Amino acid sequence: MHNLTIAELIRGLQSKEFSSVELTQHFLARIADLDPNYNAVITVTADQALKAAAAADQRLAAGNAPALCGVPILHKDIFCTNGVRTSCGSKMLDNFVPPYNATVVENFEQAGAVVLGKTNMDEFAMGSSNETSFYGPVKNPWATDCVPGGSSGGSAAAVAARLAPGATATDTGGSIRQPAALCGITGLKPTYGRVSRWGMIAFASSLDQGGPMARSAEDCAIMLNCMASFDDKDSTCLERDVPDYSATLGSSIKGLRIGVPGEYFSEGLNPGTEQAVRAALAELEAQGAELVDISLPNTGLSVPAYYVIAPAEASANLSRFDGVKYGYRCADPTDLQDLYTRTRAEGFGEEVQRRILIGTYCLSAGYYDAYYGKAQQVRQLIQQDFANAFEKVDVIMGPTCPSPAFKFGSKGDDPVAMYLEDIYTIATNLAGLPGMSLPCGMVDDKPVGLQIIGNYFDEARMLNVAHQYQQATDWHRAAPEGIA
Amino acid sequence: MIIERQEIEKLATLARIAIDDSTINEVTERLGSVLELVDQLQAADTSGVDPMSHPLQATQRLREDEVSELNQREALQTTAPDTEDGLFLVPKVIE
Repeated sequence: MHNLTIAELIRGLQSKEFSSVELTQHFLARIADLDPNYNAVITVTADQALKAAAAADQRLAAGNAPALCGVPILHKDIFCTNGVRTSCGSKMLDNFVPPYNATVVENFEQAGAVVLGKTNMDEFAMGSSNETSFYGPVKNPWATDCVPGGSSGGSAAAVAARLAPGATATDTGGSIRQPAALCGITGLKPTYGRVSRWGMIAFASSLDQGGPMARSAEDCAIMLNCMASFDDKDSTCLERDVPDYSATLGSSIKGLRIGVPGEYFSEGLNPGTEQAVRAALAELEAQGAELVDISLPNTGLSVPAYYVIAPAEASANLSRFDGVKYGYRCADPTDLQDLYTRTRAEGFGEEVQRRILIGTYCLSAGYYDAYYGKAQQVRQLIQQDFANAFEKVDVIMGPTCPSPAFKFGSKGDDPVAMYLEDIYTIATNLAGLPGMSLPCGMVDDKPVGLQIIGNYFDEARMLNVAHQYQQATDWHRAAPEGIA
Repeated sequence: MIIERQEIEKLATLARIAIDDSTINEVTERLGSVLELVDQLQAADTSGVDPMSHPLQATQRLREDEVSELNQREALQTTAPDTEDGLFLVPKVIE
């Protein structure tokens, strides 16, 4: 059952080939047996899941089942779940049990999905390797001495190891696409404002966006149908109709213009990764798409701009963790100042502290214009690059990240080495554009990700292209050794 | 060194994060490396470019000034480290 896609699971449940309780028990057993090897799941909600599954079976029997009725999924531990600990991968929130559901969680509940538990992640979503989690790193199911990517590494590894057919994730600078690439699965970061951020613990509010992770574009479309919604509670959510993302998957891609940015195939790109991506482009060309050379000249400025904007917004967002309203509090504070400074020093890990300090620096008196103001101007230049490109092409494609999964600890002590992992993904967050990653080959027995960047609210077209590619290829069906 | 130890101490105070004496040199060095990266921005020609505040130029929605939420103080305070009579408790501020 764990090798079936979400689309197949829905058909199986509706035709009573198996029940949701059987399915849920099967995935819970897999998590219990296999997850000790990966550390992808932080919290398992077995009792609640079995109860929800039983209720789903009743609705299925009654014939009034909603779209995802009885389908088990996992939520990234950044989405607040009513009555279930939501840690954001941090000691700061190790004891935090939200009294409400995030809108995304609510949407899946309305759709009848069964939540198996919560997935591991980099602390407060700050990282590209899952090494910053308070709960220890997630291991890549393709090579357990390698990272799964981050920050949604737990969701990606869980889907790759077939611990769940799909999982929610978030992407601030590549946190859906890079782990999807490194774990050989399909993940989509929607347009900024497409998915509600309400109840999704904030990292950098102008960049954060939730999205689906699954094994195929078809499954991501099914999940996005449920995740995307206008939400009054998120003031940055955009009021647009949600199309049926499944309806256009089968459209022909004949005549599709694919922009290939030279900057994404330059120095630092692993030759094996390049070869796999070029082969994928050739496959799409064979299906009738046209490849167009384009330039995104300000790509090199995206990482520096991001490391001003994201830490600046994080330093403001994370000021709410003060040991007073929720979360960790240090022992025996002598006064209020001591309570704040020790709670934050003990509750936050090293990378989170570093980003708060950088953000504080960039926003402090005398530096605001030179850093934050300048970065917001550069952001405009980056957006303009994309706007120019989309006058000539329908989608943009290239590698998701420079190389396949790397070994734990291999990025050393210099934080900048890790930051460059997101060089091809960060620009889309700065511009608010949608992006996705899907598997397109193997290098050294590890998966390679193909990135698709779309124009605003063009998720349906991206999913269509990805689906057409997956109809003609088998990379998305490959499973790590010992998994299938 | 792009940033001095004293500056880090000031930042730590502003950010309300206690930094241990034994790690401050390491923190200074790694922060310096990140600031070197972000300093690449200074080379960009941005004359006449407006800062971007929202990718789709969206503005905040307005709504009627009506009560939309119920009082959930008790539920929301269940997550607090220390409360009494509906108030959050902190160490004594005024002697």
